This record gives sequence, C-alpha cells and structure tokens, in this order.
Amino acid sequence: MILDFVLGRYPYLFIALLLMIGVHGMMVKRNLLKKVIGMIIFQTALYLLFIQGAKKEGASIPVYSPELGAEAGAYMNPLPHVLVLTAIVVGVAITGVAISLLLVIYRRFGTLDEEEILQKMRESA
Amino acid sequence: MTSVYESLFLHTVARAIVPIIQVFAFYVITHGHYSPGGGFQGGVMLAVSIILLRISVGEESFERFPRNAGIVLAGVGALCFALLGLAPLLLGGSFLDYGREFFWLPAPTAHYWGIFLAEVFIGILVWGSLMAIYDTLAGGGEE
Amino acid sequence: MRFLVLALVILLGAILVWGATDLPQRGDPLAPAAVHESVAVHYIERAYAETRTPNMVTAVLADYRGFDTFGEAVVVVAAAISCLLILPRRSPKAEGGGEGSRPAGTSAGGSR
Repeated sequence: MILDFVLGRYPYLFIALLLMIGVHGMMVKRNLLKKVIGMIIFQTALYLLFIQGAKKEGASIPVYSPELGAEAGAYMNPLPHVLVLTAIVVGVAITGVAISLLLVIYRRFGTLDEEEILQKMRESA
Repeated sequence: MTSVYESLFLHTVARAIVPIIQVFAFYVITHGHYSPGGGFQGGVMLAVSIILLRISVGEESFERFPRNAGIVLAGVGALCFALLGLAPLLLGGSFLDYGREFFWLPAPTAHYWGIFLAEVFIGILVWGSLMAIYDTLAGGGEE
Repeated sequence: MRFLVLALVILLGAILVWGATDLPQRGDPLAPAAVHESVAVHYIERAYAETRTPNMVTAVLADYRGFDTFGEAVVVVAAAISCLLILPRRSPKAEGGGEGSRPAGTSAGGSR
C-alpha cells in the first residue's frame, strides 16, 4: 500500500516536504530575511500543488492544434495554469513590499535580528 | 547595491547582451497567442534586462532610463489597459467585452486584437513596476 | 523549544501526507479536474472558434477571465507604489546637509 502511494501520489510528498521546510524556516530562524525566504518557499509549494493537478495522461498541452481538433478530452485543463500565473505575479509583488518593509526596519533599529529588535522595543517603550 | 564593477569585460558583455534580451522579451509578449508566454513573462524579462544594466554598468544607465521611469511606465500601462477596457462601452458592449466592437471586423478578429493589446499593455505595466521596485530598493538603503 | 517546533512541523507533514491519500493520483484521467465537467469544456471547445488564438491559456486569461487579470495588474502597480511610499527617497536638494532627508522612521513611538 505504501508503494502504491509513493508511485501514484509522489508529488504530494514533495509538496508536503516543501511546506514543512517553509513553516520551519518561518518559525525557527531569528533573522527576519530568512523568515521572508521561508514564506517564499511556502508560496512555491502551493504553486506546485495547483499546477500538478492539471496533468492528464495522454492529453496534450492546452494549445490548439489542428490535428487534435476541438474536443475537450484531448487537452489539459487550462484553468489551473491561469490561476498559478496570477498567483506567481502577486507573489513577486508581495516579496517586493516585504523586502522594503525590512529595509525600513533595518534603518530604524540597526539590526535584522528578531530577539534584538524585541529587546530594543521593550527598552524604548 | 549600485556599486560599479570596473571591469571592461563585464561592461562590454552587458551592453551587448541587453538588446538581445529585450528582443527576445518582445518576442515572448507578441507570441503569447501561439506559444506559452504572454504579457507577464515578457514584462519580467524586460525588467531583468534593465536590472542587469544597472548592476553591471551603474551610473551611465541612469541617463537612458532615469530613476523615475519605472513608475511612469507602470502608470501609463495601467491607464492604457483601463482605457482598452472602457472602449467597448462606447460601442454598446460591456467592460472588457471585445466581441462587439469594431463593426468592420468580424467578432473573432476583434477578440484577437483585444487580447493582443491587453498583453502588450500588461507587459509595459509589469516592466515599469519591477523596475520601480528595484530602483527604490537599491537607492533607499543608504543614509 | 526547538524540538517542540520540530515535532510540530513533523506533525504537520504527517497530517498532510495522511490527507493526500484521498487526493487523486498524478495524471488520473478520472480526476475531477481532468473530466472537464464544468466551464472548462466551454473554454476548450470554443476558444479557437471565438477568439482565433491557439493558446487557450492566454484566451482564458485575457478574454474570458479578463476582469481578474485587470485586478491583478492593478495589484502589481499598487505594490510598486507602496514600495515607493514606504521607503524615503534621497531628494536631490538636501544632498549637502543631510537634514532635509531625515528618514521618517526614526521618530520615537512610531506614529504610523
């Protein structure tokens, strides 16, 4: 049964591994930039989760070719591709805003370490 | 981040390869109809070509592409996309409904050119946005 | 503390793998995403006839779901503008003194 699971559903193992790495990075690392990188890894795992569901055996890519005609069974589902395209672009924008927030934090506190920032916030409050 | 590497090899290769990247990016944008690609991918490639120029050449690239050029391009692209969406309203359709405009063209061809113009405007918009984000991050970290 | 976090992360991975036994196999032609019983049938069958573009992904992205693409383009421009607003820019007039371009984040208390 385990062999059957690994042979048929191996993408979910990789996606679960990437999700675990991302969550671990966000929770354990002390540097704020490493937390942002953990968030990016988490996002990438979700893109893979959506796009691997669009594959169908014996089907062609969703580009119309005159040999296959216009029947729906010969092509992959184009909707997950559209969803992941939008999600990737929004992820890039979120990463840009996150890094500029990190720049402002660095100019304010002089460090990007989580413990030292909390210490300085407690001292100045 | 905008340090200049004083290497003749790097300057020459960067200046030679940036037009090639831009031509390929235009190819990817305009061939979004026939192969995987489209506005977002081509826009990112255009932004990457300018970022390569900024990293390797540095100060001289600010004469051709000033610091404010990024956000201006993004705004122009967004405005053109909004006007393209409002254009079918003048001819009796709804917002972003390309199927009914341009009575001297059949409806599928109107869809074709509507999608093409949308992809070009999205390419300009993504190019400007990523250039603006890079210029702000690279220039805002110094005291 | 670190071992507690590691145990929680491994528990998360175990729950995900346990939930993945119900999901369809890779490339299964009987999966709900591959059977095309909803609007994907309409998109695949009529994309070339209505829009003359062979690439169905572009036709869906820019024509059938064009409103979502418009919203996403506005999100990208909004992210670029917010980057410009968050970071203080070096104004060319205050280059010499350095007092005019005081970064906005050094005020105590942080009124933002």
